[in-house]
This record gives sequence, C-alpha cells and structure tokens, in this order.
Amino acid sequence: MNEMARLQKRRLALYGWMLAAPALALMSLFAFYPAIATFWHSLFSRGTSRRPSVFAGFENYGDLFADPTFWTVATNNLIYAGVTIPVSIIFALVMALWANAHIPARSFVRSAYFTPTILPMIAAANLWLFFYTPDLGVIDQITGFFGASPTNWLGQPETALASVIIVTIWKEAGFFMIFYLAALQTIPPDLHEAARIEGAGRWTYTRRVLLPLLMPTTIFVFVNAMINSVKLIDHLFILTKGGPNNASKLILYWIWEMAFAYFDSPHAAAMTILVLLALGLVAVAQFRLVEKRTHYR
Amino acid sequence: MTNQPPFIRINAVSRVFNGGNGVHDLSLDIPRGSFVVLLGPSGCGKSTTLRLIAGLETADQGSIAIDGKDVTSAPPSKRGLSMVFQSYALFPHLSVAENIIFGLKVRKTHKDEIKTRLTDALRVTGLEGYEDRKPAQLSGGQRQRVALARAIVAGHPLCLMDEPLSNLDAKLRHAVRKDIRDLQQRLGITVVYVTHDQTEAMSMADIVILMKDGRIEQVGNPADLYLKPATAFAAGFVGSPPMTLIPASALPASVIPDGLDANHLTFGIRPEDLILSTGQNDHPWGIPATVTGSEFLGAETFVFVAIPGTDGATARLPGRVEISPGTEVSLSWAGAAAHWFDGERGHRLTPTIPGTSAQDTKITSQPDTATSTL
Ligand SMILES: Nc1ncnc2c1ncn2[C@@H]1O[C@H](COP(=O)(O)OP(=O)(O)OP(=O)(O)O)[C@@H](O)[C@H]1O
Ligand SMILES: [Mg+2]
Repeated sequence: MNEMARLQKRRLALYGWMLAAPALALMSLFAFYPAIATFWHSLFSRGTSRRPSVFAGFENYGDLFADPTFWTVATNNLIYAGVTIPVSIIFALVMALWANAHIPARSFVRSAYFTPTILPMIAAANLWLFFYTPDLGVIDQITGFFGASPTNWLGQPETALASVIIVTIWKEAGFFMIFYLAALQTIPPDLHEAARIEGAGRWTYTRRVLLPLLMPTTIFVFVNAMINSVKLIDHLFILTKGGPNNASKLILYWIWEMAFAYFDSPHAAAMTILVLLALGLVAVAQFRLVEKRTHYR
Repeated sequence: MTNQPPFIRINAVSRVFNGGNGVHDLSLDIPRGSFVVLLGPSGCGKSTTLRLIAGLETADQGSIAIDGKDVTSAPPSKRGLSMVFQSYALFPHLSVAENIIFGLKVRKTHKDEIKTRLTDALRVTGLEGYEDRKPAQLSGGQRQRVALARAIVAGHPLCLMDEPLSNLDAKLRHAVRKDIRDLQQRLGITVVYVTHDQTEAMSMADIVILMKDGRIEQVGNPADLYLKPATAFAAGFVGSPPMTLIPASALPASVIPDGLDANHLTFGIRPEDLILSTGQNDHPWGIPATVTGSEFLGAETFVFVAIPGTDGATARLPGRVEISPGTEVSLSWAGAAAHWFDGERGHRLTPTIPGTSAQDTKITSQPDTATSTL
C-alpha cells in the first residue's frame, strides 16, 4: 500500500514534468538561452576586420556608465515609466467605472475607449504625428484658436518626451480598461447594495470595497504597464526617432540604435542585460511587497 | 391589536419593471416588533417588495413610511434598517470582524463603542474566535451568521432578510430558523423576511403575507392561512403536501353545500382531513377513487389517489399504512373540513352553515374521525 502511494506520487511528478516540458523547452530555446548568450556576448569587445573581438570582462558595462547618453536615456525612461504607468492605470480605472455604470450608450462608450487598443502602434503614431504637426495639426489648431503661437511639439526637447508619453497613455489606457471592466463585472452587485444599506456613499464604497477587490487586476495591469514602459517604442520610430538631442530616447530604442544603426552589438548586449536585471529586481520586489497584501478570490 | 400606529406602512405602492412584472398597488401595515414573512412562488415580487422597503428600488407610485416617517424617496442609509442578503453579500477581502463593523466605521462610530458592539454581535451569533477569518474560510452556516451579525450590530429597529437560509442544508436551516426567531424576540426588532418555503413561513412568522403575481393574496397569521385560506391559490401554496383542489363538478351533488353552484366551484380538502375507507362502506356517502401510490415517511403515510375527472388527491394517514396501488377506496371528510372556492376567481366561499342544514346533517352524520387529526 505504502509502495503504491509512493509510486503514485512519483508518477504524478513525472506527469507534471511531462506537461511542463514543451513550454520549458520552448522557453529555454527562446528566452533562457538568448539571455545567457547575450550576457556572454556582452563580455567581449566589438570586433572589427582589423581587431578581432576579445574577452573584455565588464568593460562594456563601464563604457555604458561613462556615456552621458546612458544617463539621459535612463532618466528619460524613468520619467516615461513614472508617468505612463500610474496615469494610464488611473485613466483605465476611471474609464472602466464610467463604462460599467448604467449610462446611456454604454456599449458605444466602451468601444470608443477601446478603439486606440486595436489600432497598431505605428498607425496610432502616424495619427498623432498629424495631431502634433506644428500649425496644421489638430492640437495647434485648437491652441491657435485661443491665440497661442504654433508649437513644434515633437521637435523641441522640452515637449518631445511629454508628447510621446501622451501617445502611450492614449494607447494603453483603453486596453487596461478592458481588464478593469472584466473585473468589475465579476463583483456581485449585492456588495454595492449591502454597502449602501450600511451607509457607504459612492466614494467610500469605491475606496473600501471596489479598489481592494480590483487589486489583483491592478497588479496585473501594473506589470503590463511596466513591461510596456520598456518595450513599447514603436511610436518613437515614427514620431521623434529619439530626438531632438536624445530628449525622447528610451532604453530599448537606444539598444536598437546601438545594435542595428551603429552595429555595436556588445554594448547593446550589455545594455540589454542591465535592463533584464532591473526588471528582474522590480518583479521580485513587487511580488514580495504587493502580493502579500492583496486579496485573491 | 393595540391601537399603536404601524411600524411600516406601505400605501398603494407600485413598482413595475419593463415587461409588466414587479409589484402592483401594494398596501400593507406591519406592526412594531413583529416577524413578518413575505411568502410566495418565484417571481411573485417578494424581493421587489423588500427592496422597496430597503430603498434599493424606488416606488413608481405610492408611499412608504417607516416609524411614522415618510421614506418613499429616502436613500437606504437614511431608513434605519439593515439587511441580510440571500448571497450574504459579505465583503470577501475583509475579515469577519471588519465585515461586521463596516457600517459602524462608515458612520464614524466611536472606537470603544464599535468594540463593545462587535463583541456583543459576535457573542450573540456565536462567532467568537472567527473574527480574523475571511469569508472564504467559513462554512455556509458561519457566513450566514456573519451576515446576521452585520445586520444586528448597528442596532436598527428593522431588519430585512431575503431568503437568508436558502443556501443552507435542510438540517442547518432548521436550527438557524429557530436562532433567527429567538434573536428577533430577544432584540425586539421588526423583521421582514422573504422566503418561498412555506414551512419556513409557517414556523417563523407572526404574520404571513402571501403574494402572487406582484399582488397580495392573503395576510394573516400562519393558522389563518392554513385553516382559512382566502383563495384557492393560498390553499394550494400553504401546507405540505398541499391541499387537494378539485372541481366541484366531479363530486356528487349531495356534498355541495346549498347556495353554491357546482359548475363554478372548487373544492379543497387538506390531506389530513381526507378519510380513506376500503371494502364495505360504513359511511353514508363516499367518493370512489383508486390508489395510485403511497409514500411512507415514518410518522405518517401519504396515499395518492386518482379520482375520475380530477388531478387526483392526497391523503395523509398517521403511522404506517399498507395499501397497494390499484386498490379501490372511498373518500370522505368531515363537513367542516371542506373548503370551497370560487371556480374562476378563486376566492373563498363560506357556505352559510345554518341555512344549509340539509347538507350539513347529511355530511356530519358520519363518524367524525377527521376532527381528531386536526
Ligand atoms: N431589475 C429588474 N428588471 C426587470 N424585471 C425585474 C427586475 N427585478 C425583478 N424583475 C421582475 O419582477 C418580478 C418580481 O421579481 P422578484 O425578484 O421580486 O421576485 P421574487 O418573488 O423575489 O422571486 P424569487 O423567489 O425567485 O426570488 C419577476 O417577474 C422579475 O422577473
Ligand atoms: Mg427574490
């Protein structure tokens, strides 16, 4: 009997590994191996036809930290993340609450909010390129109506990053709204009624019941927003190309530039590893901190 | 009974949803401190009535007053009541204690006060030791008690309950039924309780309000409802197994009381009032019927019989009765046990007993065994 149980346990473990194996194999092939290879590659100097690539230790990393562009780009990306993540989450939540309320033309409101999401980023960027066009664009038409002079939103260092940030928020918020909307619809309406009977107003209900119950969704959305803040750079190619003077350059765009415009793949690899490290740290911190205080049903 | 003004007065209230369902022209007085049960089949408007009292629905017409104050358009929180939901509506992310004191906190009650009230509520509902659990870590019965504790902690004089026991198993339901009733008496609060289970209504209520299709069918104490159903619907709904209802035209003319027209008449008889006799008939009269089956329930046996021209009848006999399907029997009853209803509109008809002496003597001349079971 005991033997039986042990065998059974072992068989279950085997099944577990068998089920995990395909995903594990693919992950190894397309995620773990490239990560390790990238790390390895980042330890070598850039080879040219005259000087072959040699092992350089962490020299590439040192070069990066010494490069002022690195600090500009890192700061840009921090600002980019620091604004897009909270703002798009708040917009998404507010839009979801609004679209979930009993309002006329509810489905119209929902699909209107969702439209930016189904648009490819490149198309969205082209759209915004038109909005931002100095003098002729929609934005300048409006500000011009109130007597403001034309502004080159994308072409000047002061506004370039902000303009890019706005496009990202516009693109992301509708997508995140869908998750909030789905989560809101799983919250039974009795809870609101019970809260109303207990004397809770709309705000108290939102703060004490709704937001805590939406916390798992918020975490999910937060992680996505964070990934996007590193990953989502398509619109840079259309809007600013990181300019002017690196004012709107983000890390991934910079990596792409290093690797495919300047063909400096060792430095690009080093930068990639730094990004991976940073993201890994954030993920760990997040799971440690937030996870514990979240109620999952 | 006293000439106290009613605690809740519902006056000609209508709430009609798209599609015509809802409640129609409802008028109702509920005395202070009573246990009132709204009873009726699914979709008859019980929950809607309760939600109207709670303020979760707004009346299209009519007025609602609680404790002398017109609350027709007041929000739920201003009506001084609490509610237990069928689903309990506990906040899943809050612990038992936090769930219970949710309303007190919202109303910014003083900390010490909250503490004493919480302790009281936990003690009364027997939830001590569960304060820190989340609702998901409780059994159904415990969740039900948390909902109850949340309802009583505020000390409101009125508590509304919408089928609070329907998620419990039969045995637990029985126990909790008694607990709720005891609690209501101890606290002296008024309870309006919704159920579609007539046993629950009969065993708990001071007053039963029987509803059908958004209207009140009968209001009365449980005994009234059982012994003097106002309509054929009430007769069929209350009691288990329900009263047998058959068109009077299927009965011999001799049993129809004077002054009633057998063509527009429904006859009703409670299963325990039906007398079954086999073989040589010692009754002066009897309705021939055939046994179709029986159910032995321990203390009693239900016997189902087919009567030509009707849907059949049920008799409830004490103890164990061996009777095989197909047996020919003769049915009879004590005269006073019969209920008569209008065939079309369903309302109760009372044969003027003194005037119908001819039938009366005829019917009551048989040995009056049925009365003993009453
Ligand atoms: N929000 C609504 N919109 C439209 N119709 C509704 C709504 N709420 C209830 N109804 C209708 O009103 C009628 C009464 O509903 P109610 O919920 O009061 O029934 P009930 O007596 O509580 O039934 P149950 O025992 O099944 O809970 C039903 O026919 C229902 O379909
Ligand atoms: Mg209901």
